[in-house]
Amino acid sequence: MLDLAYEAPKPKVISGAKAEWELVIGLEVHAQVASNAKLFSGASTAFGAEPNSNVAFVDAAMPGMLPVINEFCVAQAVRTGLGLKAAINLVSAFDRKNYFYPDLPQGYQISQLYHPIVGEGEVIVDMGPGVARRVRIERIHLEQDAGKSIHDMDPAMSFVDLNRTGVALMEIVSRPDLRGPEEAAAYVGKLRQIMRYLGTCDGNMQNGNLRADVNVSVCRPGDYEKYRETGDHSVLGTRCEIKNMNSMRFIQQAIEYEARRQIAILEDGGSIVQETRLYDPDKGETRSMRSKEEAHDYRYFPCPDLLPLEIEQAWVDDIKASLPELPDEKKARFVNDFGLTEYDAGVLTADVDSAAYFESVAEGRDGKTAANWVINELFGRLKKDDRDITGSPVSPDQLGKIIDLITSGDISGKIAKDLFELVYVEGGDPAEIVEARGMRQVTDLSAIEVAVDEIIAQNPAQVEKAKQNPKLAGWFVGQVMKATGGKANPQAVNEIVARKLGV
Amino acid sequence: MGELSKLTLAGARDSLRKGETSAVALTEACLAEIEAAGRLNAFVHRTPEIALDQARAADARIARGDAPAMCGLPLGIKDLFCTRGVASQAASHILNGFRPEYESTVTQNLWDAGAVMLGKLNMDEFAMGSSNETSTYGNVVNPWKVDDRDLTPGGSSGGSAAAVAADLCLAATGTDTGGSIRQPAAFTGIVGIKPTYGRCSRWGIVAFASSLDQAGPMTKTVQDAAIMLAAMAGHDPKDSTSADIPVPDFEAMLTGDIRGKTIGIPREYRMDGMPAEIEALWTRGAEMLKDAGAKIVDISLPHTKYALPAYYVIAPAEASSNLARYDGVRYGHRAKLAQGDGIVQMYEKTRAEGFGKEVQRRVMIGTYVLSAGFYDAYYNRARKVRALIKRDFETVFAEGVDAILTPATPSAAFGLGEMQDADPVEMYLNDVFTVTVNLAGLPGISVPAGLDSRGLPLGLQLIGRPWEEGDLLNTAQVLERAAGFVSKPAKWW
Repeated sequence: MLDLAYEAPKPKVISGAKAEWELVIGLEVHAQVASNAKLFSGASTAFGAEPNSNVAFVDAAMPGMLPVINEFCVAQAVRTGLGLKAAINLVSAFDRKNYFYPDLPQGYQISQLYHPIVGEGEVIVDMGPGVARRVRIERIHLEQDAGKSIHDMDPAMSFVDLNRTGVALMEIVSRPDLRGPEEAAAYVGKLRQIMRYLGTCDGNMQNGNLRADVNVSVCRPGDYEKYRETGDHSVLGTRCEIKNMNSMRFIQQAIEYEARRQIAILEDGGSIVQETRLYDPDKGETRSMRSKEEAHDYRYFPCPDLLPLEIEQAWVDDIKASLPELPDEKKARFVNDFGLTEYDAGVLTADVDSAAYFESVAEGRDGKTAANWVINELFGRLKKDDRDITGSPVSPDQLGKIIDLITSGDISGKIAKDLFELVYVEGGDPAEIVEARGMRQVTDLSAIEVAVDEIIAQNPAQVEKAKQNPKLAGWFVGQVMKATGGKANPQAVNEIVARKLGV
Repeated sequence: MGELSKLTLAGARDSLRKGETSAVALTEACLAEIEAAGRLNAFVHRTPEIALDQARAADARIARGDAPAMCGLPLGIKDLFCTRGVASQAASHILNGFRPEYESTVTQNLWDAGAVMLGKLNMDEFAMGSSNETSTYGNVVNPWKVDDRDLTPGGSSGGSAAAVAADLCLAATGTDTGGSIRQPAAFTGIVGIKPTYGRCSRWGIVAFASSLDQAGPMTKTVQDAAIMLAAMAGHDPKDSTSADIPVPDFEAMLTGDIRGKTIGIPREYRMDGMPAEIEALWTRGAEMLKDAGAKIVDISLPHTKYALPAYYVIAPAEASSNLARYDGVRYGHRAKLAQGDGIVQMYEKTRAEGFGKEVQRRVMIGTYVLSAGFYDAYYNRARKVRALIKRDFETVFAEGVDAILTPATPSAAFGLGEMQDADPVEMYLNDVFTVTVNLAGLPGISVPAGLDSRGLPLGLQLIGRPWEEGDLLNTAQVLERAAGFVSKPAKWW
């Protein structure tokens, strides 16, 4: 695999009233496993179903019901782990995390505290061409999602929807390696991108399928380096956890606010209380949810309903062999094979469908030209219509043919843009449209000469000026292009105008 | 009619096949006995319509000549088993009115084998108890009596034991987490086997302590236990802890031949203050097996003394979590709330009203031993002890021991209410010979082996190698025959 060279970004520095501060951020990302059935039951995971319609007996914790692991969800976690270059634990185990809440019917969440299925890995978080943060992944474990409590439907009652109860989540835990709000958001974006490539999580943050708990602390410049040398977390400052963030923008805002809040306390001579906080996007602030003292005692213990989860290396190897090319590799390949800039390669590999579209267009053609057309014309046009690449009315084949018509000299670049718009709106074969609409470029030199002669004859005063100032030749070129409806070969027009004016 | 309900499973099966009786007649006989035995308080829900439907279907199958193993045999079902459309409350107020929409795998297996359900049997609430005094339905009374005193049938499967001993049914299901099949079997003079953990599916059985719970049959004879266990057992993909191991024909393994078998007598089970009668019975049991050609050896299970404390950490820990679902939100009892009460008050009031004292005690113990700061000292240490106890057994089995003989209980049945003011730990001592078997996941069987000086039944326990219930049943049958236990309680109810 090809790796692009990069250097680490500078950590964000916040100047307080008295000193400079740096941020230390670690995330726990909860990603809903893309699976038709729940982690321990056969109930559907479809979003938006009638409340309490996707609920098996075990999801509702009916007496005597037992969980049975969904092998597909295990495979998805392994696939995700492999995508994050992580160690896969052939033996893992499930634990119960005990707490009472109406949307948690069992009174416990089945999770993996002591023996997660995925161990250490890493993610390269791109922060711009040549700049990226290498973030260490501590672990990924499988766990059940809870249901939904609805408190605002009735003044006196609360309602519970168990459709989400028992849906499989992967909790992806990072080390405290992120050093600014933008990095944290970019990290979530990168995880999302990788999982969408892998098909293990749809990454839909609006539906709550990807959410993050963000741990934030502040420290003085140099402290983080000490931590990396010694592994001593205490130099990083006391952290607060901001729960359940489901927007990249809010993640950034919350971190920014939280860091400044902590700095203000510290500079006032106070100390940070370790606690769980919630971000209020309306007020743009975080507020305390519960302190460490009020924290639940979850009474974790091994779930006696489930045997340790044992998987075979051969099974893991099969999954590994079936992994698609991942974003980093694809980006590096686009840079190396197609000569793209890292920036363009990054844009094109942002999602797997765009990358596939581009590759299809670029096949047998100039990569840079293909990239320009896909990024500037196609993406721009799609964005105007609020469409994504999978809804593009122009197929890779059509776009390729438009590029071919430019390359062959049949149409000019300018005409090509008109042609693109025609294909976009009306569809059809680009070559046939060019023929039918007479868009072919005029390369007949004598015809161009006649046009040039006419313009010169009609504008004697301009001719005089142009002879003194050769830059004005461009005016003649423009007039000729106009007279020929843009179809004249611009290079030929340039040469003939220059020759006739003698400049 | 009364004579029919006295039949064993094997006897009734053979009579049915010979056309000497019908499933309907058997069922009606049992229903009549149940009707007349209200004072025992063994059956808490009767299902005569289901029973007679099943009996008629069984008779039709017998007539067609395709009768499965348990065809037409009327059974009682412990209230811990979820039975579709029939009250299944684990003898707890908190499951008031609960009628599951599903059938437990074990009972479904029995119905598939042609058995007939007479109704649901009383038990200790959530299977927590050794005297059947914690049930929301009230105490079960042992059919055996001394001086007109009401005695406990043992627990938690007290209703099952009393019903079988009093011939209200041919056999019953039980469950055993720390001795809940074997102790009541011993107290009532019947046979009870707890199979190897994983032999019977736990799916649809209300959970007490998941890593210890096992279902098993409670029967009049060892042969019946073999017949019924084969029908109950089997791999179930719905229970991840169910073993994918074939179920042999246990009945066919009852050869009566135990020559050359090695029976271990564990010295650690010889407790201080053990009644001389129990000790004598134990010795006699060993002699009977020796007479049958087995070799008797002294063995050591050195960690035995830690078993009871470890059990009373692990079982409540799991129970505290398993019982969290009874919160008043979705089914069963929900407390009436006062103005301004929130979710916490709903939990507290519901659980305070819904759970009895013993269940509350165990939930609190379990919560405590799992809590931060105590987990290592209690739960983790108990798990380590459990591993050592398991290793003790593995060691003696590896040294060639085929089965282990111990008393089933430290005493005969005691009086109802007798332990009321005692320290709960004294009640827990009832399980001292049985909990090791659950902790190690082994099969154990209680066989009636004699009467004490007051005329109350006493049982001996045989512990076998994992998955070798067939061998264990064979040894148990040899003991049963040698002991020649034929006594029945005098009918007073």
